[in-house]
Amino acid sequence: MAEITIQNLVKTYPGQTERATDDVSLHVDDGEFMVLLGPSGCGKTTLLRMVAGLELPDAGSVHIGGRDVTYLPPNKRNLSMVFQSYAVFPHRRVRHNIGFGLAMAKVPKAEIEKKVAWAADLLQLGPYLDRYPAQLSGGQRQRVAVARAIVMDADVLLMDEPLSNLDALLRLGFRAELKRIVEQIGTTTLYVTHDQVEALSLGDRIAVMRTGQVAQLGRPIEVYDHPSDTFVGGFIGSPPMNFLDAMAHGGVDGGVDGGTITVGDAKLPAPGGLPDGPVRLGIRAEAISVVDAHTEGAVPAMVDVVEPLGAATLLTVRVGEQEVKVQVPPDVNVRNGQTVHLSLTPRAMRLYDAETGLGLDLR
Amino acid sequence: MARARRTRAVPPAYLLIAPSVVFMALLLGWPMVSGILQAFVGPDGVTGAYLQRMNSDPAFWSAVRNTLLLIVVLLPLQFLFALVMAFLLQARPKGHALYFYLWAIPLAVSDLAAGLVWLSIFTDRGYLNSVLETLGLGSVSWLSYENYGSMFVAILIAELWRATSLVLVIVISGMQGIPKDYDEAANVFGASYLQRLRHVWLPLLKPSLQVALILRTILAFQTFAVAQALTGQDFPVLVGETYRWYTALQNPHVASAIAMVVMAVSMVTAVIYLKTLRDSTKGAS
Ligand SMILES: Nc1ncnc2c1ncn2[C@@H]1O[C@H](COP(=O)(O)OP(=O)(O)OP(=O)(O)O)[C@@H](O)[C@H]1O
Ligand SMILES: [Mg+2]
Repeated sequence: MAEITIQNLVKTYPGQTERATDDVSLHVDDGEFMVLLGPSGCGKTTLLRMVAGLELPDAGSVHIGGRDVTYLPPNKRNLSMVFQSYAVFPHRRVRHNIGFGLAMAKVPKAEIEKKVAWAADLLQLGPYLDRYPAQLSGGQRQRVAVARAIVMDADVLLMDEPLSNLDALLRLGFRAELKRIVEQIGTTTLYVTHDQVEALSLGDRIAVMRTGQVAQLGRPIEVYDHPSDTFVGGFIGSPPMNFLDAMAHGGVDGGVDGGTITVGDAKLPAPGGLPDGPVRLGIRAEAISVVDAHTEGAVPAMVDVVEPLGAATLLTVRVGEQEVKVQVPPDVNVRNGQTVHLSLTPRAMRLYDAETGLGLDLR
Repeated sequence: MARARRTRAVPPAYLLIAPSVVFMALLLGWPMVSGILQAFVGPDGVTGAYLQRMNSDPAFWSAVRNTLLLIVVLLPLQFLFALVMAFLLQARPKGHALYFYLWAIPLAVSDLAAGLVWLSIFTDRGYLNSVLETLGLGSVSWLSYENYGSMFVAILIAELWRATSLVLVIVISGMQGIPKDYDEAANVFGASYLQRLRHVWLPLLKPSLQVALILRTILAFQTFAVAQALTGQDFPVLVGETYRWYTALQNPHVASAIAMVVMAVSMVTAVIYLKTLRDSTKGAS
């Protein structure tokens, strides 16, 4: 059990011009489950590898449990890790793969066996314990990698996309299981994923990364409801947040009584204090509803695509030239080409600078 | 032939391997057959007389003993050296590419030339003795038949120098095929360097080591030129004996009989290695 403090980590791979991580700082509390989320190539694995000691930073430091481990070799850090490439030893049977770390630490055989059985049971690997990795499917191999990591009594658990190769059902089941295990053993966890549903469901906090930097750090609900910029909003959520070009009018006295926002022809009430000029209006699909044409502030739109998803129906509509995703209850009856009227929930509207994409903090 | 005629078209695969089959038959098959014939067929038909003659020659048994002794001492040393060198190179010290080429040079030196190089060192008026004399330690007849020990060590050193690079090259090429993830994973899970060598690298290198072991054992049974250059007939080895029977004693039959022994022993060893060291990780359960 230990906290992780990452300070100003900079890493440029040899022969590369762009920084893989660019001045990243991050604090993970003792026992916290921190998720690193970001698109492919944004530096998640690189950051994890520096915490593990597999990669040395050009600058910055890593502390685990108050100890400076920046230049300590991996085997001295008391870690446990699930590799993105699994790295399951091909020459060891599944049971000896899972027990590898314990065997290296010279844990008594009986105890290793008990723990291996526990992990194998959890990950449904029981029937495969005596096989070699070459005799397993990709998803099974990945589960061996996870099992090998969770049997360790490590200070820090590092996981690099540990569920990426499981089928949807197994992933759903195991996601919940993983949450339970990690809460139970209480290990500080740094978890890499590019699946935002996983991030939202697992993380105590999420660090959204983008081109080597942390774009936003916060609790899942914060990150989901208040994306700090258009990148985060566009990355998190399925479908991602809608962004509409709009004009803001600050209103009287810097908007004591509120300003307005114009989207197309529709005028919407807005919080005060807005500068006049173009903004980006961000709103989630589920915060938009289809209403009567006479409703005040309703925005007319043309239905382009109707996708019934079971629990809801996803509409792709056009507001002027702009495409918007709208999530409506499954019983709402709309057809392609039909004109509908949309109502945007004022509380769910977020405003972003039209040029930088940064959030305009108006709360 | 009959079969080929019955199936109208010869499958292309057979056509493609035909040249190498012919080649093998001419270059390996025929000499083997003629060797067997020579060893077991005399003017009066099939006979065991040549084998008996070989068996009753005391030089044959000392050659067997010398060859086996050489293998038993040489091979473990060679593998130890090659592995240490390979792991040193793997740590990528400054100039590791240069070291690799230096260590691989003996690979390009013919065994007779290597024997002559070491002869110039160990012979009575050779470099080693000049150094010893300069230091006032007096000279030693390293290669005299009276000094069996020093003769053996001289051959051992020469063979170590000459043939370790083969093992090194095989081990290094094997190493390069092993992704570094395994080492990293073991490292993260707390394995020390020695634990990683033992539990990750050596098992993963097993296929390469197996190849090297088979090659080196077979080649070691054929040790000849180095021993010949350094000691003449004073340190008889098996292949040296075939040479002696063929040239000095003008008896190709006994020479062939000894060659058959070398071949049989090599084949048996190779099969034993393949059986005992077989890679079980990919087999079906
Ligand atoms: N060994 C390496 N040498 C050079 N460049 C590298 C190396 N490893 C990664 N990079 C580069 O560094 C950047 C970050 O890579 P990293 O592996 O951390 O991404 P990631 O966020 O884990 O992506 P993914 O989700 O696809 O796994 C990428 O641009 C990648 O091309
Ligand atoms: Mg990655």
